[in-house]
Amino acid sequence: MTAPTPVEVEPDLTADEVPAEVTVPEKPWTTIVWNDPVNLMSYVTYVFRTYFGYSEKKATRLMMEVHEDGRSAVSSGSREEMERDVQAMHEYGLWATLEKDE
Amino acid sequence: MSGFAWHRRSKRVIATFSGFEADLLRSLTSQLVELLRNEQAAPTDSVDPLEAMMDFSGPTTEPEDPVLRRLFPTAYPDDEEAAGDFRRFTEGALRDTKATSASAIIDALEEAGLPPELTEDGLVIDVELDRGEAHAWMRTFTDVRLALATRLEVEEGDEERWAAMPEDDPRARAHDIYDWVGYLQETLVHALTKAA
Repeated sequence: MTAPTPVEVEPDLTADEVPAEVTVPEKPWTTIVWNDPVNLMSYVTYVFRTYFGYSEKKATRLMMEVHEDGRSAVSSGSREEMERDVQAMHEYGLWATLEKDE
Repeated sequence: MSGFAWHRRSKRVIATFSGFEADLLRSLTSQLVELLRNEQAAPTDSVDPLEAMMDFSGPTTEPEDPVLRRLFPTAYPDDEEAAGDFRRFTEGALRDTKATSASAIIDALEEAGLPPELTEDGLVIDVELDRGEAHAWMRTFTDVRLALATRLEVEEGDEERWAAMPEDDPRARAHDIYDWVGYLQETLVHALTKAA
């Protein structure tokens, strides 16, 4: 999680008009990997192990989630971190998106 | 055809291809490089002439080609603006990385003795890859398979469709090549798992 960044506000701005994001800590984001008919199960497991450093067991469980449920939340953190993860997944040819935890 | 293997002593991933196989791999990876480098990145929404001239901004909308749409998926399906920003900052770099990796395969095959035009029979191409190179090959195989599968409209559990297709159907041939690259990929992942 990143700390909220201080923002400059106009002096005449009342407290009510300050955007909520300024004071509420950033909610965690999630990287979702979606199932596709192309990528091999062994490859997806290997990517989860190599990129995220997950154990064989965890990587296999996440891969099976993708395969059977159609999607799996593979990592979570700040928005910046998740954008890095999604970009890395795209580099590996996995279909990944970002989601904000509600 | 035996695919990739981990060679313990040299700590390298090795493979032996026939001239025909090496030529086929070169052809597939060249097409990928061409697609990544040649299709114009989708135009940006920007109308600022200076920004356009500097060309710092990447594309903000999905590529038209379905293969490129699959290689560069929309990161924020429900937020067009965030998706556009993500694309602007990532697609250019991703295209470069993918094209560079694919080009490295062509270079490696040619350094291993694949001539510009394949003419002789019985040519054997031996490749030896360190882990970094093997990773790049693995990612490129994925991109090649995604490209073929998108063009062929491969779906989950559609094996019977392909098995029933007449052999002389060009789609059947392309699907055989797709399967072959999948086999190479499987052996490469296996070799790298051993190397880990």
